Amino acid sequence: MNEVTEYFSDIFKGVRSLLKGMSVTGYYFLHPKEIITQQYPENRDVLKVPERFRGELVMPHTADNQHRCTGCSACQLACPNGSIIIVSDRIETPEGKKKKIIDKHVYNLAMCTFCNLCVRACPTDAIVMSNDFEHATYDRGDLIKILNQPGSKVLEGIEE
Amino acid sequence: MTTAAIDTSETKEYFINMGPQHPSTHGVLRLLLTLEGEIIKNVEPHIGYVHRAIEKMCEKSSFQQIIHLTDRLDYLSCHMNNEAVCLAVEQGLEMEVPERVKVIRTIIDELNRISSHTLWWGVMGMDMGAITSFLYGFREHEMITEIFEETCGARLTMSYNVPGGLMFDIPPHFQKMVKDFLVHFKKKLPEYDTLLSNNIIFTERTKGIGYLSKENAIAFGVTGPSARASGFACDVRKLKPYSAYHKVNFKEIIFTEGDCFARYKARIDEMWESVSIIEQLIDNIPEGDYFVKTKAVIKLPVGEYYQSVESARGEFGVYIVSDNKKNPYRVKFRSPGFANLSALNKIAQGCKIADLVAIMSTLDLVIPDIDR
Ligand code: SF4
Ligand code: SF4
Repeated sequence: MNEVTEYFSDIFKGVRSLLKGMSVTGYYFLHPKEIITQQYPENRDVLKVPERFRGELVMPHTADNQHRCTGCSACQLACPNGSIIIVSDRIETPEGKKKKIIDKHVYNLAMCTFCNLCVRACPTDAIVMSNDFEHATYDRGDLIKILNQPGSKVLEGIEE
Repeated sequence: MTTAAIDTSETKEYFINMGPQHPSTHGVLRLLLTLEGEIIKNVEPHIGYVHRAIEKMCEKSSFQQIIHLTDRLDYLSCHMNNEAVCLAVEQGLEMEVPERVKVIRTIIDELNRISSHTLWWGVMGMDMGAITSFLYGFREHEMITEIFEETCGARLTMSYNVPGGLMFDIPPHFQKMVKDFLVHFKKKLPEYDTLLSNNIIFTERTKGIGYLSKENAIAFGVTGPSARASGFACDVRKLKPYSAYHKVNFKEIIFTEGDCFARYKARIDEMWESVSIIEQLIDNIPEGDYFVKTKAVIKLPVGEYYQSVESARGEFGVYIVSDNKKNPYRVKFRSPGFANLSALNKIAQGCKIADLVAIMSTLDLVIPDIDR
């Protein structure tokens, strides 16, 4: 007799536990406002990306095409993955001194792990992380970027 | 080729490969199972599919660069891994970090633990055949991820620690975000119990299944919630407190049953403890600097340094041998996943093949942590 009652009480308890679980899912079915799914990419315009989000390395330029990079290679040395290559150039200053300047700041996005070490290493704050995260492309070559814009110059007064 | 007569009168041992591409191995892990009927005789894990030679790469990296590699071991407890390296380096430099750093590190540690456990909970449900829990677990996981994103700019591989402190200060609304989350989480955690812990199908599949004795847990070096469910008190936060753990009161969750359900319950209860730790610290973040300036090139004095931390899966240790160069001479990671996996054979022997999934889930294996 005892076994029989136990058998039925087990069934009852089992069904009850399942129904209890279903009451949770049922609650969310009836309260769709509490569901937090984001409708990406439809919500692109309202999508809030935190300011610190590390999406891509960029070099901000001023309105008259000037940047703060001196070509010191500190970022290249700090990078653990070799994603940055600095191609420098030598020019002669009006005073007749030889000086190293940046020719190309080559950044390979495909090899970057967004560790932020380069930004920390830069003595002149020339590079920052931008929030852009949509990097998909059909051509791998597009991911190798030259950060200093063509014809850009070092901002006056930034010295090594 | 001659066809020998097949003897069908008795069952024979046979082999089956579980993985490397199997949804419940959570990564590329191959288990070579020896079965007799449905009973498991032997489990032989074959690892190395995601071996990236991280320890070797560390020998070529500076001490700052090692940190981002440790993100990629156990990516679900990346902050604890980062912290272990930083603590080891700080130990070598004999440097004292500000109280503020210690408290923030501890808070993020515990948030990281909750996020890891919520994700584990969701995946555990999915392994048992309940997709629902996967979505519910991710809800809370996502909220913590958003806090991390606001704080350090990355969602998963955070690299928030640097030798000497933190990469950024906490954002001004950090405390509010964390408190809002805790209020939400304390409301939702009982839902976890309703959905899974009390569910009859789930309890039938976990209670009394996959027994690990305390002796075996110690013998195989199992740590973390998996070992505490067998009665082995091994919480590094209690035994060798680091950062701000000596300042907080919390219980070490110990169960003695040693079965899958105890391992499950240990993690659920650990989340409550994490909530209490964060609550104790969140209003008392001391003012001060968020990092101490170190030299651009860090050189540790000649010697050996070991630091262990309690990651979401157990004791994570970093062993650094330095010869006073800018790169370490040798780095070894003691990853909890590897030791926990080694006990799998002992636990699974004699179980049914369908129980293996439950056992693996409750060991909470992360394959990149095992392979490195
Ligand atoms: S974020 Fe890290 S990996 Fe990327 S370029 Fe900078 S240093 Fe290199
Ligand atoms: S970006 Fe900064 S660190 Fe890199 S070369 Fe330019 S100035 Fe130097």
